[in-house]
Amino acid sequence: MADPVLEVSGVTAGYGPAEVLFGVDLTLRRGEVAALMGRNGAGKSTTMKAIMGLLPPRAGQVRFAGQDITGWAPFQIARAGLGYVPEDRRIFTDLTVAENLEVGRRAARGGRAAWTVERLYDIFPNLAEMRGRRAAAMSGGEQQMLTIARTLMGNPEAVLLDEPSEGLAPVIVELMAEAVLRMKAEGLAVLLSEQSLDFAAAVSDRAFVIEKGSIRFAGTMAALEADETIRTTYLTV
Amino acid sequence: MDFGFLVVQSLSGLASASSLFVIASGLTLVFGVTRIVNFAHGSFYMLGAYMTVTVVPWLLDFDRSPLLFFVGVLVSALVVGALGVVMEVLLLRRLYKVPELFQLLATFGVVLMVQDAVLWIWGPVEIPGPRAPGLRHGVEILGQRFPAYELFLICVGPAVLGLLWLLMHKTRFGILIRAATRDREMVGALGVNQALLFTGTLFLGAFLAGLGGALQIPRVSANSQMDLSIITEAFVVTVIGGMGSVPGAFLAAVLIGQLNAFGVLIFPKITLVLVFLLMAVVLVVKPWGLLGRPEAAAGRAALPEGILATPRFGMWEKVILGVVLAATLAVPLFGDAYTVKVATEVLIFALAAFSLNFLVGNGGIVSFGHAAYFGLGAYAAGLLVTRGGFAMEPALIAAPIAGAAFAALFGFFVVRLTGIYLAMLTLAFAQIAYAVCFQWVEVTGGDNGVVGVWPSGWARSREVFHYLVAACCILGIAALRHVIYAPFGATLRAARDSEQRADAIGVNVRMHRWLAFTLAGAAAGLAGGLYAFSKGSIDPTLLAIPMSIDFLAMLLLGGMQTVMGAVAGAAAFHTIKDFFMPLTDHWRFFLGASIIALVLIFPRGLSGAYGALRRRA
Repeated sequence: MADPVLEVSGVTAGYGPAEVLFGVDLTLRRGEVAALMGRNGAGKSTTMKAIMGLLPPRAGQVRFAGQDITGWAPFQIARAGLGYVPEDRRIFTDLTVAENLEVGRRAARGGRAAWTVERLYDIFPNLAEMRGRRAAAMSGGEQQMLTIARTLMGNPEAVLLDEPSEGLAPVIVELMAEAVLRMKAEGLAVLLSEQSLDFAAAVSDRAFVIEKGSIRFAGTMAALEADETIRTTYLTV
Repeated sequence: MDFGFLVVQSLSGLASASSLFVIASGLTLVFGVTRIVNFAHGSFYMLGAYMTVTVVPWLLDFDRSPLLFFVGVLVSALVVGALGVVMEVLLLRRLYKVPELFQLLATFGVVLMVQDAVLWIWGPVEIPGPRAPGLRHGVEILGQRFPAYELFLICVGPAVLGLLWLLMHKTRFGILIRAATRDREMVGALGVNQALLFTGTLFLGAFLAGLGGALQIPRVSANSQMDLSIITEAFVVTVIGGMGSVPGAFLAAVLIGQLNAFGVLIFPKITLVLVFLLMAVVLVVKPWGLLGRPEAAAGRAALPEGILATPRFGMWEKVILGVVLAATLAVPLFGDAYTVKVATEVLIFALAAFSLNFLVGNGGIVSFGHAAYFGLGAYAAGLLVTRGGFAMEPALIAAPIAGAAFAALFGFFVVRLTGIYLAMLTLAFAQIAYAVCFQWVEVTGGDNGVVGVWPSGWARSREVFHYLVAACCILGIAALRHVIYAPFGATLRAARDSEQRADAIGVNVRMHRWLAFTLAGAAAGLAGGLYAFSKGSIDPTLLAIPMSIDFLAMLLLGGMQTVMGAVAGAAAFHTIKDFFMPLTDHWRFFLGASIIALVLIFPRGLSGAYGALRRRA
């Protein structure tokens, strides 16, 4: 079993007086894909924001690559090698595709083959065709690819992928699954949040189920698929 | 008017446009990235001019070459850029998360401090700059002579636009700036250190302001009023062009330059009104400016926390109110003439500040030009008495009507906007009112104003006049307070907290805001009318920016979260100001520093402190 690259323990977080997370614990191991599953409002995106420092945790600890990153600024966490793909994509609509990638560019660390614009254009051929186009003029699926490519430009060791399949056409969802598996093949660890069991099961090794701000299940994807009680209690709508 | 004349007129318009653009581009860049409207941008412009009139003559002593002139200009702009970095590191970094109103106030605090620093370093006398070697001659264009330096300026604007375009599109720094203009947080999540990016942006912005000032010195002398006059123009340019848009600023600067160049031929007295009309038309058709976009909700409170609870007076409050009322009425019996004068003025400012908090704290309408309605009320009353031969009584009735009328006129446009655009527009309207009072010398007496605004015979003694003011102001405040507690006030608060939700339950938000704006204008106008009689004169400082800032400082000091905070703030602010101002030559410096300190340390003001005390008790 590989070492954990990301360890979240007892993290609480919220917005103003509203508490959203009540002591979230999860780990992500090197090179694996883990799914954070749960219904709308269960705390998936908030967990990701808390890990990334966008919503500083009120209690608990986040460790990444052996360092305690709790309370770090988002840019420091990103520089430590943790990439973040937000659910609402947040591409820079005024910038061209190539410029969006430029914003994400950071030098590779630790001898791994660096992601380059050319390699990303290989994986996402659509982006190559529209490199000079303003990002505002792209479809939702194309924007989703761009936002993943932009994060990979930072040469992260692990990536937080928030709802990658949300609102996309089935064809594009398949492309997303391929992209996740490709990232795994490159040795990246991926923590993705998902509502769709189909998508999560297709790409993930392990799963966490979150409900009302705390983790209710942690185990292999196969175990989650086998456990109908958990699925019906926490996942089906 | 022959063709050559028109061409030369248009060229001189382009030269002004060019200078204006250089300055406005810096303002709009800084706003785009940091979302702070930097009042001190005008101070950077002024510092650029002063720096240049100091450095360039010294350089020209070595060799009167064009090269050294431009080296001096560039060095001055770079020094100003460095000052921008200092301001970012010391102040702006602490302001990124506070409401826009506080940001504006704090950067205005810097304006005040720089004004005093400039007077201290360079003295009060205007300093004429050297003319540019090699560009002192005139050029013949279609039979007209045109200064070569102006031709040079015409080229500077497009050159700066081009260089900025290259910077923004061809360098990593520029691409990051553009990305941050859309979504700062995401830029941070991709590993970019925003602090450095913001510092760099401030350097660039201040550099451009300094460059604008430096390039002006062959045309105008460096003087200590140039900061506020340019910042208003720059605000107008950025609002018309679209805040955050550099090409928009260029377009707007060219439009305004041409409008001024030809407007002066057709309506020599009212070029400013033309600019105002242009701005009004643009904002009605395109509320975010020519090339601007609706502000993306940046996920932070744009408004300061306003009035949340409207409790009835409790026992303690009733006691305090009784004591204050009794003291107010007892002042003429026990106080000397000076105390009565101060008490009368406190009452007047209390009404003005209360009417402003009616807009800001209760309505979420952050007006940066409330002095306009105060001053217009004062002018209406003062002019009726002196020029119209009316008595005080009808003049005091006319004052709130004038305040309300202009508030209704300006408010019609103002309530179409929100947030920072709204604040800019109120400021611009106030500056237009100021300029009209300043320029229309035959009627308003210009800079000197009009003297001899005396009360009627029966109210001429300080004591009786005090009671008259007390009656008007206490009634005015009580009436406004009543409105805050009435459903109308609650509806305004609802619209303040969520415009969409108020809209969805059938509230006509614009109409409510318009009425509120008009009502506040009436109250401010009444206060202004009373102030004119208390001083015996009117002059343009009554509706200048510093007066608007004084009102806001009263709210800040008193606390915007409570209904009565503004009254306490007005009393404290005016007493402190009246006491300390004669003691120091650097009143502005201390006021500026105090405003900054209040924003940073004590944003809930006196009533916040009182509330904390009550909760502990």
